[in-house]
Amino acid sequence: MKRVYVNENWCLGCRLCEYHCAFAESRQKDMARALRGVKINPAIRIEANNGISFAVSCRHCKQPLCVKACITGALHITNGIITADKARCVGCYTCILSCPFGAISQNETGVIQKCELCTASHGSPACVKGCPNNALVYEERE
Amino acid sequence: MEYVIIGNSAAAIGAVEGIRSVDKKGTITLVSNEPYHTYSRPLISYLLQEKVTEDAMKYRPDTFYTENACRLIFASAVQIDAKKKRVLLDNGQELPYGKLLTATGSSASVVPFAGLQSVKNAFTFMGLDDAKALRAALKPDCRVLIVGAGLIGLKCAEGIVKLAGSVTVVEVADRILSAVLDGEGAKKVQAHIESKGVSFMLSAKIERFEETRAFLSDGRQIEFDVLVTATGVKPNVDLLKGIARINKGILINEKSQTSATDIYAAGDCTECVDVSSGESKIMALLPNAYMQGECAGLNMAGVDTAFTQAIPMNAAGFFGLHIISAGTYCGEVYTCAEKDYKKLFYSRDKLNGYILIGNVEKAGIYTSLIRGATPLSSIDFNLVCRHPSLMAFTKTERAAKLGGEK
Amino acid sequence: MAINFLYPEYEIVRKESRCIACRACENQCAHGAHEFLADKGVMTCDESKCVNCHRCVCICPTRALKIVKSGNAYKQNANWGQRTVDELYRQADSGGVLLSSMGNPQNYPVYFDKILLNASQVTNPSIDPLREPMETRCALGAKPHRIERDKKGNIKNNLPPQLKLSMPILFSAMSYGSISYNAHESLARAAQELGIYYNTGEGGLHEDFYKYGKNTVVQVASGRFGVHSGYLNAGAAVEIKMGQGAKPGIGGHLPGTKIVGDIARTRMIPEGTDAISPAPHHDIYSIEDLRQLVYSLKEATDYKLPVIVKIAAVHNITAIASGIARSGADIIAIDGFRGGTGAAPTRIRDHVGIPIELALASVDKRLRDEGIRDNVSLVVGGSIRSSADIVKAVALGADAVYIASAALLALGCHLCRSCQTGKCNWGIATQIPQLTKRLNPDIGCKRLVNLLSAWKHEIQEMMGGMGINSIEALKGNRLMLRGIGLNERELAVLGIKHAGE
Repeated sequence: MKRVYVNENWCLGCRLCEYHCAFAESRQKDMARALRGVKINPAIRIEANNGISFAVSCRHCKQPLCVKACITGALHITNGIITADKARCVGCYTCILSCPFGAISQNETGVIQKCELCTASHGSPACVKGCPNNALVYEERE
Repeated sequence: MEYVIIGNSAAAIGAVEGIRSVDKKGTITLVSNEPYHTYSRPLISYLLQEKVTEDAMKYRPDTFYTENACRLIFASAVQIDAKKKRVLLDNGQELPYGKLLTATGSSASVVPFAGLQSVKNAFTFMGLDDAKALRAALKPDCRVLIVGAGLIGLKCAEGIVKLAGSVTVVEVADRILSAVLDGEGAKKVQAHIESKGVSFMLSAKIERFEETRAFLSDGRQIEFDVLVTATGVKPNVDLLKGIARINKGILINEKSQTSATDIYAAGDCTECVDVSSGESKIMALLPNAYMQGECAGLNMAGVDTAFTQAIPMNAAGFFGLHIISAGTYCGEVYTCAEKDYKKLFYSRDKLNGYILIGNVEKAGIYTSLIRGATPLSSIDFNLVCRHPSLMAFTKTERAAKLGGEK
Repeated sequence: MAINFLYPEYEIVRKESRCIACRACENQCAHGAHEFLADKGVMTCDESKCVNCHRCVCICPTRALKIVKSGNAYKQNANWGQRTVDELYRQADSGGVLLSSMGNPQNYPVYFDKILLNASQVTNPSIDPLREPMETRCALGAKPHRIERDKKGNIKNNLPPQLKLSMPILFSAMSYGSISYNAHESLARAAQELGIYYNTGEGGLHEDFYKYGKNTVVQVASGRFGVHSGYLNAGAAVEIKMGQGAKPGIGGHLPGTKIVGDIARTRMIPEGTDAISPAPHHDIYSIEDLRQLVYSLKEATDYKLPVIVKIAAVHNITAIASGIARSGADIIAIDGFRGGTGAAPTRIRDHVGIPIELALASVDKRLRDEGIRDNVSLVVGGSIRSSADIVKAVALGADAVYIASAALLALGCHLCRSCQTGKCNWGIATQIPQLTKRLNPDIGCKRLVNLLSAWKHEIQEMMGGMGINSIEALKGNRLMLRGIGLNERELAVLGIKHAGE
């Protein structure tokens, strides 16, 4: 299965992945209109420290601790993609407790959000398309 | 292969998914003593808050049993014949098994207070039926007394505070959530819950009940209309008495095997080794239940699998204030008690446990340090104390986690 | 504080209606021109810090930024131009020699733009490169004067060592130090993929890049930095650098602050010492001296590698080239006065040397007149900007061209001409790790390959239009060229007719 992979050697810490993620999630056509004056809450997050930076988003683990831990069944696997059914999430955050990558976060309404690879909305991950330096790639690796 | 699973909650579902990931042919029979599609027990407080509907409490989709080719029988198992490899049900049915999983869960452990029988409106808060019964008894002006300020008692309080006139929680210990929080953290959470209209009486021992009145050992009395006892849970181990080794819970190894041949156990009815302390204990938690169940399922289907990462852990929110904690609270302590509350417990180069209140972001990174027994000397522990982050790991480790160079 | 005489030449325009305050511009500007005002939640900028490199413009996800000329003007004066006055102020302020980077930006004639190409009509058929063979390969090196045979009458292989190119293009010398590791890797990988060559410049060869040796020209310059036997034998050719188009008569100076880590090791000098390449080679004061170095290098490389001698295009270029063609060198590289540099004194860059078109035409003619054209191949550089420039250069007599500025543009360079600051926002002319990582060689290599693949197609189309099916047949074919707007003298030097003739 194709996944998003991160190579910190090329990450500039520019955070465009975060903005492209938020833009994709907005489902709007123009980024300026979608994000102007908005404090974004993306599903991919840059970690940066001392000149090192890299983006972290859901790894879509084959043995996902978050899915196994989910108390409602809101987190499930569809064709290898770990998907959150927001309507069924009650915001207990057991998944946040479980994810070893810190890749699950809270959305504005208190339920969880995570990277679902944009496959349903945009075909392929917007963060990868928006990365200016190929630090993020979307490819098959085993 | 004939698989029989006694239970229909997280551990049982985990077992079904574990079996079906490798064995599509064997027959699976689930025995449920509740007449419901598999549902998530922790959601009963959300049901009372109307944050979920009963339908939305289903732990798996409606198609689950058909898709996984399972037979679901609504009955109670009354006896296991380990020699003949049969399970006897209360409806008289006998189920032969090749491999058996007991995922019988736990029930409310009600302290036998004197005079409890005199209380008309007394409830526990474990299952859907409990929640429905309690809901029916609540009236806008009624006074509710909850005995026990553990997770169940407090989730119950949160669930009903808007449905009742008043809610008072009585706790014998000197703090709330004594199994989950330290004293300082407990105070913070208590203050928050109190601000939402719940009253507490701590270090308060109940001597006896008289109909709508509770008498405390210090002489105080509490009037109430509805009583909820949430004084703990006990594992349902009776079926395996005399068949398998039982301590407090059914003893299982890392393969979820009991001491009896072809009998596995998983979930709240078991006890196993907590890797954060090395002690064998009951960890009645949904994530552990699922993973033990899945591990049992895989082993029952012949795949040698070990689940060695059971630790106590909790994620809970009360009126919007979130708590995540895991592991064992021993060793040296890193404290950050600013706006958000954080405590990390570590010793011998390992993280033993942690408590986060408020900001729970990326808590799983701490959990993974406990589960993986990661040597703290191999990471930037100062950084990880301040912010749980992958940055704290070495470049090689980060590349392994995130992909890095091909 | 002293009065600041200089008003920024360019300003940053931010369309507030499009800015989402993502701070990518701030993150990407090594000069600190952008700043986020946290209390107001808006971006601001200081154009006095802007070098007009367009990194922010390109990175901005909403196209909220552009750079415009600030328009601050002195009183109109045809003699005292704005730039002249600004430079004077700058020197009055600092007392220093002005430094510049990249190529001469002054408004001198660009002869390539005054030359037009021919095409076939009716009497001689044009060739469709998509349907018929079209040879862009070429070989650089001395060619034998005659066929030699052994006693049995079989042809003897008397061909001196050659460089074989898939198209008549090489990446010219840029040292590791003047440009980044990742820029070098991009060039090396692209050269390998394209079947051409890149050039180490005078910085030695990083140990990681020995594997690209078959596509590498190793340079020996006046400082001899990084030169050792293994280095010489690692490449496919050795280049003696006598001069550079951007700074003829001037040596090089890489400040000690840039001589760190791998760069010091590769140059074989202690960290922190200035790398000073003298203006002349101190062992070369004549063609005879040059010949000694040529043969020393041939000796050191077992006569297996061609030797290139690179010179700047200056006034008596023909005589110099004639001498070099007799020195034993296999290839002469001539660098025109618009060639780029990482740093050069502004006056030298802008006022010394001659255009490559004129130098090339003169040298080619002189060598042919003297019957020694086959002694050497001619490679020309100094602002080759497009495939059309290449076709014109080949028709004027070049065997191949050197490109460097064009390659850097493909890697992101926007000709802001601030290489000397060492803070190249595109990760090219810098050694700051935070900046060098901005040039991912995967992308850099791909862009170079794209550029030259496109140019190769264009060369084929232009040749096909002229009815020519190989670079060899185009070489020195000045009948394919016509001048436009050139005077008699210019046409004579170029050896071409005027349009309409």
